[in-house]
Amino acid sequence: MSRVLVSSPYVAPGNSLQRLMIHVLVALLPGTLAYSWHFGPGVLVNIVLAIVFALAFEAGILALRKRPVMPQLTDFSAVVAAWLFALCLPMHSPWWLVLVGMGFAMVAGKHLYGGLGFNPFNPAMVGYVVLLISFPREMTTWYQPGALGGETLGLADSLAYSFGSADIGQWDALSSATPLDLVRTGLGQDLPLSEIRNSPLFGNWGGSGWEWIALCWGLGGIYLLATRTIRWQIPVSLLAAVLAMSLVFNLLDPEHYASPLFHLLSGAVIIGAFFIATDPVSAATTDTGRLCYGAMIGILIYVIRSWGGYPDGVAFAVLLANMCVPLIDYYTQPRVYGER
Amino acid sequence: MPVRLHRFHGGLRLEGHKQESLTRGIEPATLPAQLILPLRQHIGDYNEPRVKVGARVLKGEAIASSSSSISAALHAPSSGIVSAIEHRPIAHPSGQQDLCMVIDVDGEDRALPMAGADLQQLSAAEMLQRIRDAGIAGLGGAAFPSEPKLARGHGNGIDTLIINGVECEPYITCDDVLMRERAAEILHGCSYLQRLLEPRCTLIAIEDNKPEATAAMTRALDAAPLAATEIVVIPTIYPAGGEKQLIQVLTGKEVPHGQLAFDIGLLCHNVGTCVAIARALEIGEPQISRIVTVSGNNVERPGNWEVRFGTPVGHLLEQAGGYRHGEDAWLVMGGPMMGFALSGDRVPIVKASNCILAMREQTIPHAVGIHDECIRCGKCTEVCPARLLPQQLYWHARARNYDRTREFHLFDCIECGCCSAVCPSGIPLVQYYRAAKSEIRAAQKAQFKSDRARVRFEFREKRLLLKKQQDEERKRLKREALQQRRARSADQAAVPDPVQAALERVKERQKATQDEPS
Repeated sequence: MSRVLVSSPYVAPGNSLQRLMIHVLVALLPGTLAYSWHFGPGVLVNIVLAIVFALAFEAGILALRKRPVMPQLTDFSAVVAAWLFALCLPMHSPWWLVLVGMGFAMVAGKHLYGGLGFNPFNPAMVGYVVLLISFPREMTTWYQPGALGGETLGLADSLAYSFGSADIGQWDALSSATPLDLVRTGLGQDLPLSEIRNSPLFGNWGGSGWEWIALCWGLGGIYLLATRTIRWQIPVSLLAAVLAMSLVFNLLDPEHYASPLFHLLSGAVIIGAFFIATDPVSAATTDTGRLCYGAMIGILIYVIRSWGGYPDGVAFAVLLANMCVPLIDYYTQPRVYGER
Repeated sequence: MPVRLHRFHGGLRLEGHKQESLTRGIEPATLPAQLILPLRQHIGDYNEPRVKVGARVLKGEAIASSSSSISAALHAPSSGIVSAIEHRPIAHPSGQQDLCMVIDVDGEDRALPMAGADLQQLSAAEMLQRIRDAGIAGLGGAAFPSEPKLARGHGNGIDTLIINGVECEPYITCDDVLMRERAAEILHGCSYLQRLLEPRCTLIAIEDNKPEATAAMTRALDAAPLAATEIVVIPTIYPAGGEKQLIQVLTGKEVPHGQLAFDIGLLCHNVGTCVAIARALEIGEPQISRIVTVSGNNVERPGNWEVRFGTPVGHLLEQAGGYRHGEDAWLVMGGPMMGFALSGDRVPIVKASNCILAMREQTIPHAVGIHDECIRCGKCTEVCPARLLPQQLYWHARARNYDRTREFHLFDCIECGCCSAVCPSGIPLVQYYRAAKSEIRAAQKAQFKSDRARVRFEFREKRLLLKKQQDEERKRLKREALQQRRARSADQAAVPDPVQAALERVKERQKATQDEPS
């Protein structure tokens, strides 16, 4: 008998990357469906486009790096990154915006660092932040939810929008600010929050439509926790930090600082807590480290929203926390068995 | 008083695969034509052969022993003729060869007359000597010689004696069947350990997936009660049978870093070792056989056999009906989590061989050698019983950054395999750690050697320098002596010769008289 003798254990692994990623994709479904229910199928167009571009970029760069292509394409990590990235974009975005963002995410954010497992930053957030800084107009053109009596673009219109074969101006009437934008500009004009909140864009607790989408992300998050795809530390500490920060300031000055519920259910806090901050590659890995990491993101989100230059801060908060991960991991090593 | 159980960090609930080998009881294995006995079967020094090639030996005769304190003597498992003392492939993770004594079995199985003893009369020292003479090594898997462990515990205030019947690895059932069939003997062994160690209490730990074994042990304990002895059923979580983890489950204590269980008043012994000790003391039988589980998805008739040491694995597998799916068998000694692959079926059963697994090659993960990259998901951290950060260790081990691996406590890894088993990327993490450990050890050895060489070299340099200095000193002294001598002779040259002077004086006087006017 001559064979390479590998060492134990000799049990079939109970898990695979592919299975983890499929769990994430399943968990994204309720939120994605709610999104498309409230804002039309434009988001689905974005998701499909992003996935196609992501896979193309990944295949191309793997070929350039002379690495096996198929195993990495079928682990679905690129699909997950593309899906999350697409969810960050405005519901109607031109195709080239998706292309540029995905290209930056996959090439600079992921493979220039060595590919899956070696990227210090969350690739989806890298792609999104590049677009946010480079194309502010396209990245801030949002549309109102269908519930407000207006209409949402159908599939044909969404495709026409994405591929630039339609006169975008005809839909100007449907475009609108996001609730976070509204709060930001309102406070900038010294309006009290009670007055800003009279806008029909607000729902029961957060933005109209947005709050339901956020709750659906939460549902997906619970699925991730139940399947043990993610651990509880990051989402819990992140949400707790946002809650604590917003509660303190809301109690101090309710006319200037929105309620905790509004903060939790607007923007990307919930999806960030369960899907983005929990990207294992770029997150902290020790139990204590994950608590610190989540709390840091939560605090940064609130700080950027309240006093920073952007209406939402999840992407920046995540990237800033990514930078601290090596330090966090180093200083939060658990006590080893037998150590005093 | 029921023992309050604790939890250790992590661990896994694994598929047991215990039933396969539990359909029948313990069967005696037949004798092979040749017994191959590695001279070193445990931690410690080599045993020196005590018989020559060509010698006729009887079953139970001591054939090799060592004067080293940590050692266990070797006895002929059957009668026959010593045909060789040579290197043979042995059961070792590296697949290496080692020095073995080969006995051509004569089939008569004639035994050396064994001498039982009046146990009531035996002193502790005599008991220890008998255990030592019987060559008993722990049968739990590590085969640590029992006598030094007991000698250290004797009279040193052992609080709790732990009898390990946990057997947490999948497939292995040798301790299970032993507890079912020989519970009384286990308790006998246990009573001798109690006599030697005088523990405050004794806990017999069994996992809750062995109700039959627990029932048998309970019956035996009821029939012949032992003082302050309790059977404790613990949850089935791998690796609860590891000494450190079992201690944590039973007492909540951790063995402090760099210390032994003994240092916190605990001593663990396997149930199989108890039986071996009972036999050694009661009937004077040395350790020449053990129960071995044969199982796996590529063996026809799994079960448990009482096997003489030195029996080739192939011979044992024949009795288990051979391979079920042809020859593509992957042979493992030990369990699937911590065992190691065998280089072939000619290696012999030794004291540490609790199980032989014959697996189908296609069911062995990692055999292809390709794995995905680590995504730092931390599943390994969740299951690590030593509370390490396996993915950080992997990162540094892979980069051969060995200083960092030690900072992340590489040597606290017990190689239980939990991390590898849960890794979604299929990374053979433990393999990386084993490689890193052996490279560090090799580097330490090389460092030790080079340090010694350096010391020798420096000493030689010093010695040469000293010699040179001494030589120079000697030369200098010689030179000085010579110079002194020369100087002296020069002085002597300056001092006028008395004869000459006298002559000159005479001459001068003559001249003066001539010159004087007369």
